[in-house]
This record gives sequence, C-alpha cells and structure tokens, in this order.
Amino acid sequence: MRGATRYAVSAAAYLIATFVFIVPFAFIVLTAVKDQRQSSVLDFSWPTEFHVWDNLVEVITTRNWMVVTAFINSTILTVSSVALLVVFSAMVGFVLQRRKSPWNGLINFLILAGLMMPPAVVPTIWLMQGIGLFGKLYGLVLIEVAYHLSFCVLLYRAFIATIPRELDEAAIIDGAGPLGVFFRIVLPLLWPVTATVIVVQSVAIFNDFVNPLYYLPGNKNATIQLTLYNFQSQYQTAYNLLFMNIVLITIPPLLVFLFFNRQIIAGMTAGSVKG
Amino acid sequence: MAVITGTAPRSMPSAARRNIQSFYPAWFYLPAAIIYGILYLLPTFSSVYFSLTRWTLFDSTFIGLENFAQFFREPFLIKGLVNTVIFAVVTSGSKVVLGLLLAVLLTSNVVARGLLRSIVFFPVLVSTVGVGITFVAMMHPTEGVINEGLELLGIDGPGWLTNPRLAIFSVAIVDIWKGVGLATVIFMAGIAAIPQDYYDAAHVDGTSPFQSFRYITLPLSRPATVTVITLSFIGGLRTFELIWTMTRGGPGFSSDVIASVIYKQYQAGFYGLSTAGNVVLFILIAVLAVPLSIYLNRKEGHE
Repeated sequence: MRGATRYAVSAAAYLIATFVFIVPFAFIVLTAVKDQRQSSVLDFSWPTEFHVWDNLVEVITTRNWMVVTAFINSTILTVSSVALLVVFSAMVGFVLQRRKSPWNGLINFLILAGLMMPPAVVPTIWLMQGIGLFGKLYGLVLIEVAYHLSFCVLLYRAFIATIPRELDEAAIIDGAGPLGVFFRIVLPLLWPVTATVIVVQSVAIFNDFVNPLYYLPGNKNATIQLTLYNFQSQYQTAYNLLFMNIVLITIPPLLVFLFFNRQIIAGMTAGSVKG
Repeated sequence: MAVITGTAPRSMPSAARRNIQSFYPAWFYLPAAIIYGILYLLPTFSSVYFSLTRWTLFDSTFIGLENFAQFFREPFLIKGLVNTVIFAVVTSGSKVVLGLLLAVLLTSNVVARGLLRSIVFFPVLVSTVGVGITFVAMMHPTEGVINEGLELLGIDGPGWLTNPRLAIFSVAIVDIWKGVGLATVIFMAGIAAIPQDYYDAAHVDGTSPFQSFRYITLPLSRPATVTVITLSFIGGLRTFELIWTMTRGGPGFSSDVIASVIYKQYQAGFYGLSTAGNVVLFILIAVLAVPLSIYLNRKEGHE
C-alpha cells in the first residue's frame, strides 16, 4: 500500500478496531469506577464521580475477603501445575523423541487424543472421590497437569528434535547418567520452549473456569474465575463491583502480555505452520 | 556439522551405540503416564460403561442404550446437539475468514502495526467469564451499549440474548470476538513463512494486489488454514464457558450445547445421562473433527 491508500486503510482499521475492541474494554473500566446507581444504567458514559478506591475495597472485602483467598488459591494452582507440567512433559518429550520403540505410535496417538477429546466429567469426579482427590486443591493441580500435558509434550518434542544427539553422547562419554544428561544438559537447553510453556499455560490455567467449577466446589476453595461467577448472581444490581472484579482478574494476564508477548505468540502458533 | 550428523557415529563403537537407549530410560514416562492414565484415560474409557447405566456414583444399574435413547428423544437434548454443530461451524468459519483478512492487513504496512496487532490479540488472554459478563451487559436489549449505539444510527437493535432464535448466534459472535486474535496470529505466522521472492516475481509480472492475494497468499497459507479450522472447530464443539456465563443455555433451552447439557444433567444428579452426553460429544468429535482434519491434511500433500 502506498501514500493515500495506506492512510485511508489505516484510518478505517483503527476506527473499526476502536468500536469493536476498545469500547468493550473501556466499558469495563468505566463501569468499574462508577457508583452503583450510575453503573446500573449500563451505558457508555463518563463517571460522574470516581469510586476507584471504594469499589476496590468493597470487592476485596466481600464475603470475608473471598477475592484474596481466591487469588492465593489461583496462584498456588497456577504455579504448581505449571512447574509439574514443565518437568514431566519435558521428560516425556525427551525420551519420546530420542528413543525408538514400537510403543511410540501408541504414545503419539494418546497425545493427540488428549488434545482433541474433552474429559469425561462425572467419571472423573467419581474416580477422584474414590482416591480422595475431589475438592482438594492438589487434586485440581493434577487435573490441570493431565489436561495440559499433550500440548506441552508436543512443544517439547519438536524442540528437542533440534538439539543434536552428539551433545547427549558427549555427556554420556564424560560419565553422566540418564538423570544427569537430562537435567544438566538437555533441560537448560530447552529454556526458550520452557519460557513459552510457562507463559501460555499460566494464562490458560489462571483463566480456567470449567475445571474448578467441576472438581473444586465450595467457597473456601474458590479460584479467581469462580469468584466472578459467584458474584454474577450476588451483584445483580451492583455492576460497578462486578466489573471491578473483572478489572482485577484481567491485570495478571495483561502484565504477562506486556512482558512476554513474544513467548505467547510463539507458543500459540507453534507447529501450526509447518505441521 | 550436517555432514557428520547425517552419517553414522564417529567416536562410538556400535555396541555402545545400542546401549545408549538406556540413557533414554522409559521410566521418564512414568510420572506423566500415571497422572494422565488415572485422571484422563481411565475416566474416558470408563465413561463408555457408565453411559450405559443408571448411576448414583455409589452404584450403577446397567440399562443398555436407554440413556442414548433418551438423549435422542428429548427435544431439548437434540436442540443441544444441533446447536453444538451450528456453533462450531459458524465460529470456525468466521474465524478463518476474519483471521485471514486481519492477518493480511496486519502483515501489510498499516500505520502502527504493532499496536493494532496487540489490540486484536489481547482478548484471547482475557478471562472468558469476564468477557461473557461484559457482553451480557453490553447486549442488554433496552439499556445495553450495543443497542443504544444502533439506535443512534436509527436501527432498532434485536434482543441479542433474549430472542430464542438469536441467542446462540449472539454467543457465537462473542466467541469470534474473543478468538479471532488467535486465528490471526496463526495466519500471520503462515504468511510470514511465504518467501518474499514470490511476491516480487508476481509484482514484476504486473499482478494486482488482489491477484497476489488470490494466487500466492491464499494457496500458500493453507497449512495455517488447516490449523485454524481444526483448532476452532474442535474448540467450538467443546464450547461451554461462554454459553454458561452468558445464557445458561436459555432462554428456555434455545442456546444449550452438549457441554452445557452435560453440566445441567450432572447438577440434576442424572450422572448416567450426563456421561452419555460426554460420549455423544466424543462421537461427534470423532465423526466430524477427526475426518475433517485428516481430509484437510491429506489434500495439502497432493498440492
């Protein structure tokens, strides 16, 4: 595009983007700082009075500081799930790529099944109750690991293929055992893909709504997405508080996006172009 | 380097070479396999049995295909099945078209390209529940921002979520709004992989911008297209969060999808029926999405 066309197209693009993408976010922020009466009108207007601090305090302290508990729960959930995912899926990706075995076909099939097939909910609950994992935060951690393994293994396997085997062999000749080869030679080399896994999976698990809804019932255990869901019915007239809560839970992904933009896009488009 | 790695080992005797397999021990699979096997594979396989039972979680009575018969007898359950397919087709189709157009725009020399890319992509990272609640407020039939905006243009806006015929499509629009950024970055990666030489050669031959889109960009971004269709079609079939936060399947049962039916039956204590819903969803994905992905990938090979 050249000259006038370029500016005309750009102007049109920004005009549309403003209405389609900016207005909803502006609406969230503006509603979040209004007083209750003005927010209930649901219109797109400038707040007559700003209630940033009042609304924030009220959202945080409602139901016995539920939002704070939920933030702690969500953080524990996200950090532990992602840590386990990184180690376990890198181990699988490593052996799966390096070791030739007749089982590889079956393993690849199970990985693809995990990407496509939704989990069977009630049997999972029944099983978790049987082994005492239902309604426990660590139970949900293991669930998140199970459901996100496939994607992470695929990322790791593709990346490990680019690391020359000669490196493993050199370490073996120097006397390293299997654990030494993996943890001291290979895992550090996987850092670029590990960074991608950490960023993409953190956002996915932090934003997860369905699995906590099914497997972690109860107010004490609520994760941050469930507070929003619970407040949806409680705050039917207090839209300002509901939207303040949305602002709160949007901040972590926003920070991740600002600092790790590249890793996110790398992770989400990985393997999609060359198949 | 490439020459050496391409041929046989240089410093290792062949016995040691075979032995090296033991440095990639199979027990590395173990932690992942235990978690995946117990919490994903086992429930998935046992769901086939439980879907054939009347089930209270404590004991189950085998009733054959009765749950499935009920699934295809109740009008609201069939509605859920039809809605699921409509939702998946509408959202994946729109994401392909809009994603490709946006990707072409965002790989051209549009002003402040990085900013525009960020704006389009950011909704992907925002909580689905938050997006759902926001659009419920914006789609309010009389007070909502969307209808008030339309009113300024002299258009009488519809009851986005209150009209039973429209509700599922309104949720689909929000799903597209939230997901189109992902489709766009996948297409952008696909377009970036096309060698610039092709465009230069076409330019020398005097093609119009539309022709180079039609004969270069479109065919060569096929792998990206396949990914976007497959990803968003499967995502569409499995959709739950937006439906549940925006309409709870209502008004009536008009916007129910299989995943919301599964949740409703679970809440009502019909565990066998809920699990049958899960099996129906497996079958739907196996029958629609798997062949679609195989077909798309094969055709790519022929070109």
